[in-house]
Amino acid sequence: MSKKTDIETAPVQDSATAFELALKETGQEYYILRLYVAGMTPNSQRAIENVELICKEHMQGRFELEIIDIYQQPALAKKGQIVAAPTLVKELPLPLRKFIGDMSQTERILVGLDVRKKD
Amino acid sequence: MAKPNKKTKPAADGVLKTPTGIKGLDEITGGGLPQGRPTLVCGGTGCGKTLLAMEFLVRGATQFDEPGVFMSFEEKSDELTKNFASLGFDLNELVGQNKLAIDYVHLEPSEIEEAGEYDLEGLIIRLGHAIDTIGAGRVVLDTIEALFSGLSNEAVLRSELRRLFRYLKDKGVTAIVTGEQGERTFTRFGLEEYVADCVIFLSHGISQQIATRRLRIVKYRGSAHGTNEYPFLIDSQGFSVMPVSSIGLDHPASSERIQSGIPRLDTMLGGKGYYRGSSILVTGTAGTGKSSMAAHFVDAACRRGERCLYFAFEESQNQIIRNMQSIGIDLGKWVAKGLLQFQNARASLCGLEMHLVIMHKAVDRFDPAIVVVDPISNLVAAATEAEVKSMLSRLIDFLKMKQVTAFYTDLTSTSGSLERTEIGISSLMDTWLLLQAMEGSGERNRGLYLLKSRGMAHSNQVREFILSGGGIQLRDVYIGPGGVLTGSARLAQEARDKAESLMCKQDMERKRRDIERKKTAIEAQIVALRSELEAEKDDLDRILAEEKQRDETLASENLDRVKARQADTAAGLPTSSAKTGTGGRK
Repeated sequence: MSKKTDIETAPVQDSATAFELALKETGQEYYILRLYVAGMTPNSQRAIENVELICKEHMQGRFELEIIDIYQQPALAKKGQIVAAPTLVKELPLPLRKFIGDMSQTERILVGLDVRKKD
Repeated sequence: MAKPNKKTKPAADGVLKTPTGIKGLDEITGGGLPQGRPTLVCGGTGCGKTLLAMEFLVRGATQFDEPGVFMSFEEKSDELTKNFASLGFDLNELVGQNKLAIDYVHLEPSEIEEAGEYDLEGLIIRLGHAIDTIGAGRVVLDTIEALFSGLSNEAVLRSELRRLFRYLKDKGVTAIVTGEQGERTFTRFGLEEYVADCVIFLSHGISQQIATRRLRIVKYRGSAHGTNEYPFLIDSQGFSVMPVSSIGLDHPASSERIQSGIPRLDTMLGGKGYYRGSSILVTGTAGTGKSSMAAHFVDAACRRGERCLYFAFEESQNQIIRNMQSIGIDLGKWVAKGLLQFQNARASLCGLEMHLVIMHKAVDRFDPAIVVVDPISNLVAAATEAEVKSMLSRLIDFLKMKQVTAFYTDLTSTSGSLERTEIGISSLMDTWLLLQAMEGSGERNRGLYLLKSRGMAHSNQVREFILSGGGIQLRDVYIGPGGVLTGSARLAQEARDKAESLMCKQDMERKRRDIERKKTAIEAQIVALRSELEAEKDDLDRILAEEKQRDETLASENLDRVKARQADTAAGLPTSSAKTGTGGRK
């Protein structure tokens, strides 16, 4: 389920330089997102569907989404300061934002992700 | 997991308890917190909730070999580590040994956007992971109410909290959940609704501008517990609760005697001094020498090599040492040797209960044979008389239990009767000495009475009490036709007595000399008379000699005459005639 498991929780500077590099290449903002879910509950499934949809529609080609099941990797829940499930974390671009819930309120997520104005 | 272990003792009433290891708390809870259940610790800001919770984990890890998880919602783990280092808890070391796990839960409302339905599974998974990693038996959530300010959906929160506590129970961990005091409820968000097994309330009361921390067990389901408000102390050794009202009257009684440091006082006390483990009270008005008596007692004890603890509420350590040097007692050397320890504090520094707690701790730590409290009357500054009396009776009981000889001084006011103590505790004392200023002929002198001394034949007489460069000296007071005399009046009377006896002596001397003289005169007379007698005897001898001469001459003349007359010489005639002749002449 997870695309990549060994991602470090962002020593900020490294991520920042990576982001700047990415920005240079594409000329557009690059998104690094992580979605923490707790098993395959209905909430988890809905959240995954909703996030994937948003990513496809609004940041095609310039996002990286990682889905983490905290049942399987509980240590990552501590690292990512996860309290609620599901939680979507926008690691980049800064500032860091967290969204909790099944991601059904698309409008709030888009505002929070700051992607609308790019359209 | 990591469940019932041999250290938990089933209480008489059947509830399994987990000892906290915190001084006093286990006594009033009858063995500890309910095992495998959450306990709510609530109270206002800064009343010690976090400390109590953390000490529960640290003691568990170090004393009961039961690892613990500390889930902090307020302080970061490095902040916690720093804060607790000041209490002597090395959290990093415990974390390194896998005996403690600290998980800081950061909730920043500005970072979080709620977008749909959610639950707190993340938190539960983190907690479960931490518990499983170190095999924890103890868990602290400090304070979970922070969730309410981080997340807005209260309905979800409440149902999730319920689920969290059920989860903790299923895990079988003993948990402490802290909560901030609410306006009308124990906690601001009503946590007591979920944690119903045991509720401990901490408060920080202020009376007469003096703050006292108190702990109360509001509820303990399925177990008897102490219901009072118990004062507690937070100091460099952590948290300690004093179940100070629980001491009974079954202390041992020693028949060993110890010296008072004043030899004549020992004589007054049945010749041997005080009983070990007894309570001694010295009362007196200002400046009668109460502290000096205490210093003598301390000095004597230190000479015997016993440890002394001196609680001073009026003077600093240096001041006491300097002042006692003036009466020839060097307390400084005992301090340097570690036999004497001073605890100086103003009575108004903290509440009465806190004083008691501090004293308990100091006595437990220093383990003295003798404790001096100088003076107890000053404690009234911190509370009312009734409270002081109750506190002192508990102190007396505590010291008696420990077989510590206690020496209390008490300042009596000059207005009331001297034979009463300000706080009415004389009945609790075993030996009561009264120092009284005796006024007369323009001076004040000190008198010492032994009002009572249980269990020994003691002197009933007043002594004059003199402070000199060589320490306290007791003198007999002068009791004569003029009444009791002390000080210079006594000295004057003694001088008069001395003069009188001198005069008497001189008189005798004179008489002796008179007789001597008379004897000499008479002896001279005897010599004179004797020489007179000699003279007369000589005279008589001379006369007798002359007489004899004459007789002889006469006899020879007769013979011649007879020869001349040529008378017949009758053989016997001359002799007979001579005989008659001699007789006739005489």
